[in-house]
Amino acid sequence: MDSLSPERLAELELHANDVRVGIIRSLVAAGSGHSGGSLDMADIFTALYFHLMRHDPKNPDWPDRDRLLLSCGHIAPVRYSAMAYAGYFPVEELLTLRKFGTRLQGHPERVSLPGLETTSGPLGEGLAQGTGMALAAKMDGKDYRTYVITSDGEHQCGLHWEAMMTAAKFKLDNLTCIVDRNVIQIDGSTEDVMPLEPFADKYRAFNWEVFECDGHDIGAFVETVEKAKRVHGKPQVVIAHTVMGKGVSYMEGDYLWHGKPPKKDEAEEALQELAAARELIGAGR
Amino acid sequence: MASTTVNHATGAMHLVDYTNPSAIKQVPTRNGFGEGLIEAGKRDENVIAICADLSESTRMEGFKHAFPKRYIEIGVAEQMLVAMAAGLASCGKVPFIASYAMFNPGRSWEQVRTTMALNQTNVKIAGAHAGVSVGPDGATHQAIEDIAIMRVIPKMTVVVPCDSVQTKKATLAVAAAWGPTYLRFARAESAVITTDDTPFELGKAQTFREGGDVAIIGCGILVYNALIAAEQLAKDGIECRVVNNHTIKPMDEAAVVAAARDCGAVVTVEEHQAQGGMGSRVAEILAEHHPVPMQFVGVHDKFGQSGAPQELVEHYEMGVDAIVAAVKRAHARKRQA
Repeated sequence: MDSLSPERLAELELHANDVRVGIIRSLVAAGSGHSGGSLDMADIFTALYFHLMRHDPKNPDWPDRDRLLLSCGHIAPVRYSAMAYAGYFPVEELLTLRKFGTRLQGHPERVSLPGLETTSGPLGEGLAQGTGMALAAKMDGKDYRTYVITSDGEHQCGLHWEAMMTAAKFKLDNLTCIVDRNVIQIDGSTEDVMPLEPFADKYRAFNWEVFECDGHDIGAFVETVEKAKRVHGKPQVVIAHTVMGKGVSYMEGDYLWHGKPPKKDEAEEALQELAAARELIGAGR
Repeated sequence: MASTTVNHATGAMHLVDYTNPSAIKQVPTRNGFGEGLIEAGKRDENVIAICADLSESTRMEGFKHAFPKRYIEIGVAEQMLVAMAAGLASCGKVPFIASYAMFNPGRSWEQVRTTMALNQTNVKIAGAHAGVSVGPDGATHQAIEDIAIMRVIPKMTVVVPCDSVQTKKATLAVAAAWGPTYLRFARAESAVITTDDTPFELGKAQTFREGGDVAIIGCGILVYNALIAAEQLAKDGIECRVVNNHTIKPMDEAAVVAAARDCGAVVTVEEHQAQGGMGSRVAEILAEHHPVPMQFVGVHDKFGQSGAPQELVEHYEMGVDAIVAAVKRAHARKRQA
């Protein structure tokens, strides 16, 4: 049964709303950081941490846990927020983001915070490391899955394509790459900066199984990943179509919000918007 | 013991009688790596090998045949080599990753820094074909900046053994010790000066020859040249201590300072740029703790070129004559000081 009940979907949407609140609160407290991509991946991180993944926040080193790698480390606020709400650490710790002595480094550092799988930020490196983890599972006969979250912009890095070739060579069907396809990078549209289209065809040509879905429809995303998990003999990519800044209307689709935090009044407005959206979750179902 | 010399300062080194040319075997250091890797594989089933399309020349081939299920071929992709190994290491594997030093760590520096060192993964880089002694392949394939770019990264271990026998021991030591590591070795045949009985400990420099006038601190295959130079200098009345400084990081600071204090002048010898390598680290230590006149034998801000290994070592002033000249300069400066 891949599809979610309306009640379960509403629960997950509430979690996603929490995660977005955590992102806004941590970013405004930090005074720097990446708003756009963090917000637009809130639904996907929620689906992974609260529904799809086998993990235990109280035992982050559990050898059989599913691995979740965040390749585009700059959207760390969404991962930290999802981890906090999932029980890895107190939600209030989110307010230490990017501050001296924090475990929540500006870009994630594995040795600093239990539950992170890699140190990331330099782009294009996540799938390569995830390929190693997925191959280790095959070598050891373990059944954990490896999920790698990537930005679309980092597909301009050569290393990512080295990893795509390698994962296909070793038939790593326990590896799922998720792409935040918001078509935006720092300098503008991905298609202006360095075109990625035909994006899905590129993955197909590299012998990957390709899925696409709306990255803000938690139900659709869960169903898509469940389908991907049933693929044999090939790694899978889920191209999740997203809107940068999703959930905060004045940020949505605006690349200028890639790399900056909201100011205090802007954060207030965002939190009010999220509170209003929360009231509507589950209504009319 | 007729064929070995005994060092009384640091215990028996059990060296080959390097003064007797007929006692010296010529074996590439990479062979020691290949033998050590197979042995490491026997000792620990988590040891795996990943290669970027150079299994024969890096000497990973033996491991590949001995442990086919633990050998991973990923093609010409050196950044992938490092990052993928980091992923495997985080799941408990002990990956040795091999290419030419020029490409790994030459091409993969940022992956080494981020996914190995900052991320603290137990990956072992095997940098083959380091130095100008690569020979005819020319400058593009002669890594002479690799020690500098590896030793500057926090938490890295950097090891440059002096001959094939020591390279085998270093490979085993590196496999057994936890931590991100760069192990550097060479292509060409070079003199075997140590024996199975010669001790080896990571981070512990070795005094191969005693002397009190000038200390020659070397690493890699040029340690042999340093020893031969020391014997020639002895005939001119200059007695050199020769230190095999195989661990560049963490360096044996006590041994370096002792050499400077006891001898009053230091010459460093390495098949690498004189800037930024082993000798530079020696200079950093001595500048802080015991400054003495120093000379640096290495490549002086140039690229290599095609040629025979020995020809290139001579051309770039790392042969015996160049070491003798450097020692004499250091000795003269010490007397002027």
